[in-house]
Amino acid sequence: MSHVSLIPPLQEEEIRKLRIGDSVTVTGIVYGIRDATQIRIFDQGVEPPVDLKGSVCLHTAPNVKKVGNRYYPICVGTTTSTRMDRFTPRLLERYGVRAIIGKGGLLDASVRAMQQFGGCYFAIVGGAAALETTQIDAIEEVYWEDLMPECIWKFRVKDLGPLTVAIDSHGGNLYAQVQHEARKKMQRLLEELSGPDAKSKLQN
Amino acid sequence: MDGFDYHLIRDTAKDLYIRALKILPDDVKDALRRAHDAESHSGAKKILATMLQNLAVAEAKDLLVCQDTGIPIYKVRIGSQIQVDGTKIESAIRDGCKNATLEYPLRSSICDPITRKMTIDSTGTRVPVIDFSFLPDADYLEMRMMPKGSGSENMTWLKMLLPADGLKGIKKFVLECILDAGGQGCPPTIVGVGIGGTSELCLKLAKEAIFRPVGRANPDPAIAVLEKELLEAINMSGIGPMGLGGDTTALAVHVETAHTHMTLNPVAVNSQCWRGERSSAKIFRDGTVEFGF
Repeated sequence: MSHVSLIPPLQEEEIRKLRIGDSVTVTGIVYGIRDATQIRIFDQGVEPPVDLKGSVCLHTAPNVKKVGNRYYPICVGTTTSTRMDRFTPRLLERYGVRAIIGKGGLLDASVRAMQQFGGCYFAIVGGAAALETTQIDAIEEVYWEDLMPECIWKFRVKDLGPLTVAIDSHGGNLYAQVQHEARKKMQRLLEELSGPDAKSKLQN
Repeated sequence: MDGFDYHLIRDTAKDLYIRALKILPDDVKDALRRAHDAESHSGAKKILATMLQNLAVAEAKDLLVCQDTGIPIYKVRIGSQIQVDGTKIESAIRDGCKNATLEYPLRSSICDPITRKMTIDSTGTRVPVIDFSFLPDADYLEMRMMPKGSGSENMTWLKMLLPADGLKGIKKFVLECILDAGGQGCPPTIVGVGIGGTSELCLKLAKEAIFRPVGRANPDPAIAVLEKELLEAINMSGIGPMGLGGDTTALAVHVETAHTHMTLNPVAVNSQCWRGERSSAKIFRDGTVEFGF
């Protein structure tokens, strides 16, 4: 386990060096995207107005306030990634996104895409949005404001984290590993609970 | 004239929404601290430390703990010694919820279920969710509020088990739900379990269970044993904080029950994320408001 500080845009070799369990922070530009953003890109076929090559994307829909033409963060946190799982392989393949920051993990197709195209999934501490907000220096641009709050957000961040590499570019998936272990640990108990409930029959 | 100031109800409803997003209940904070101190897995300990650090930052900088403003739920209990107009309470809460959203301002997370069009003020058809019940021998109105985050609300299950599945079937179902959820729903969670009733009552019981302070067992000793047993089994899984491995998968398991039909065996699970956000207030006729959790 090591700690790495990353500055996007990221190159494939930087991503390939990371392994599940590594600790990461990100400094520089991070793009906020969410359900509606990706529905527009992939289901409605609208090209994103920014170049996402080598980028780090954050699954978020922030609380903001608008003063004049600028947006200021009130609370920026991270949402559950699995809802956006089906978009992720194309985000990597077509647009060259290198890392996704989210919580809860992604499913098999995304894990395979990360292996194939050189991508990583960084797990943030979900719900720790106050801390995350203090790591956002500025909201530099907002695209697709009509999707508020699920626009494309261009954030400038400083030491965003701590993040855990939870899916790496070598097929490693920390969530799947933990869940597999959990099922093994629980197997006997679940088997014991599987048979008929003699006690409840007596009660009948 | 019932003597109740509905503006006070409106303003309290507003305050409760904002308070719940900013100030975590002491019982939840204590449970997180205990989990952090006891955690043997280094990654999990770091995650729990980040959660505690987040709470300190939120308090020091007056920030929301989490970005998810949730779906606002208000549970109102009307004391037997007061007379109030329920329709006025309902609209006062609705207005309070709107004011919190527009004036703070909070992100409105509420949308139409068919068109998915967002509303701007955290209200909509039947939202906020308002539930009325009654308190014997009380001279106040109690409002309990929960801004229910979607990450954990998406981790909700209902199963109409068979009577022959018994309590074993109920336990197995709860454990399977937690295993399926993994890191989703922001563990360590407060797991609410409803047993019995009709389908919708069963889910309501599970929701009521997550309103209960962490560490307060069900008053029925047999159910308290079940809560303890389920909590130990869940934490044996090793799913851990955020599903990345560790000793603490749940902070508590709370079970609420209702009698059911002889041919039914319903079980529902509704989880609350590690923040355990909730707030409450007692409003007395003389205009005094006592805030709590």
